[in-house]
Amino acid sequence: MKRKARGGWFATILFTVISIFYVAPLFIVLINSFKKKAFINLEPFKLPSEKTWVGLENFANAMEKYNFLESVLWTVVMTVGSVVVILVCTSMFAWYITRVKSRATKILYLLCVFSMVVPFQMVMFTLSLVTDRLRLGTPWGLVIIYLGFGAGLAVFMFCGFVKSIPIEIEEAAMIDGCSPLRTFFSVVLPIMKPTYISVGILETMWIWNDFLLPYLTLDLNKFSTIPITIQRMQGSYGRVDMGAIMASLVMAIIPIVVFYLSCQKYIIKGVAAGAVKG
Amino acid sequence: MEKSIKRYFPVFLGPTFLAFLIGFIVPFLMGIYLSLCDFRTVTDAKFIGLGNFVRAFQDGEFLHAFGFTALFTVTTLVLINVIAFAVALVLTREIRGTNLFRTVFFMPNLIGGIVLGYVWQLIFNGILSRYDLALKISARYGFWGLVILICWQQIGYMMIIYIAGLQSIPGDLNEAAEIDGANGWQRLWNVTIPNMMPSITICTFLTLTNGFKLFDQNLSLTAGEPMKQTEMLALNIYNTFYGRVGYQGVGQAKAVVFFILVVSLGLIQLKMTRSKEVQQ
Repeated sequence: MKRKARGGWFATILFTVISIFYVAPLFIVLINSFKKKAFINLEPFKLPSEKTWVGLENFANAMEKYNFLESVLWTVVMTVGSVVVILVCTSMFAWYITRVKSRATKILYLLCVFSMVVPFQMVMFTLSLVTDRLRLGTPWGLVIIYLGFGAGLAVFMFCGFVKSIPIEIEEAAMIDGCSPLRTFFSVVLPIMKPTYISVGILETMWIWNDFLLPYLTLDLNKFSTIPITIQRMQGSYGRVDMGAIMASLVMAIIPIVVFYLSCQKYIIKGVAAGAVKG
Repeated sequence: MEKSIKRYFPVFLGPTFLAFLIGFIVPFLMGIYLSLCDFRTVTDAKFIGLGNFVRAFQDGEFLHAFGFTALFTVTTLVLINVIAFAVALVLTREIRGTNLFRTVFFMPNLIGGIVLGYVWQLIFNGILSRYDLALKISARYGFWGLVILICWQQIGYMMIIYIAGLQSIPGDLNEAAEIDGANGWQRLWNVTIPNMMPSITICTFLTLTNGFKLFDQNLSLTAGEPMKQTEMLALNIYNTFYGRVGYQGVGQAKAVVFFILVVSLGLIQLKMTRSKEVQQ
């Protein structure tokens, strides 16, 4: 049943106004990234004038003084690496523990669910000791840590989906002579595609933006991520360079907005799917 | 079939299990043990029983952080859920531009807490400086600043969940109620909300645990200033570990308390709202 809402045009106008206010903070950061740093705190809501305009100087500063591009690179390496590894490993894990029924697999499932509710602060100190001892404080090493710490949600979501796949399909494949590995990769994996997208998006959102885990475990003399670089700019000794901060915020936000607008449909579906299962 | 799969367990389980061991189980168990020890590095850990917990609860800042976090969580839980629900109700109707509005409201979720904190610091300080004030001079500004930031960020997320819930309610239920003469308000309370309980359970659970666990936004927006008055639990634990020498044991004890608190609050909340869910 579709109903035309009464006062529909009123709602449209109201929500248009709210939407404008909603994106305003991001827009204000954008205009400030083109101002001389001294003027940013003085008149943050004014458009750049001839006197305050500096063009791309702030962006150049952020890249040169704070190596912003390098932290973008490491963030990409860490996020892509972790998400790919998480998707492959946890989906195999989830398929196994759903198909093989035993006390051990039941315990593994419960452990995964349990790990989802444990706050990071509980393990942050000891985790940083462990990564230090095992020399995992690199973007590649962190892939392992993210696989371990992010396994909970992923396994949980994959298990939920595997349960809904009729087992007969897999049995047929195996009777035809497929090994379990081949069954998984050529039969189960294609069926689970929507779940891969959902899990992938949720894990990407988390790892891309994560601050504390890499901050405590990465070797910060060699590596940095976007959130870490921004936090360090603000906390750095001496003068805070507001211009470079604004430029970095813009450079941090733009890729996310582009990613969002280009796969919006999947992102919103992924979030809804994750929530229903959670 | 099970038997032939079983032989492949090293391939299927191995990598995830190993990582899970390194990234979660070992640090978790070590954390429990260390909360009962006096230590600076791990090699000098001495078992001392519950002493760290006693010291944690004697710490005024920790108790203050607890109160601040609780107040913050209740405020955001109510605001986010009421607003997100209302927005979802409007946006599931036939209105021009709903897709655009959904896109806009959801967007802040994808941006990280650290980035958002600095974005809003600029906005708040820009407004407050007109009155010769600043965000970090009063805990009241810090509190409401954080509330606004979190509402702005999370309303869109909860809205998506509520919209998915609303769309799964069969239309004939509302139609039947309408034919029976129920007005809009009655339909909302007696048809829509009871059928939305699963979504409400999820959203309240998420806002509750998100509120308690909040860290990044707290660090970047106020960093606990002024005088640690806007310091929340997660930040307090962090500062105990890394800001005070010789307090690692106390920090770990606080973390254990924090963990038990978050888990039990989550469970109580799930129990409370689950009992109100109806079968369709």
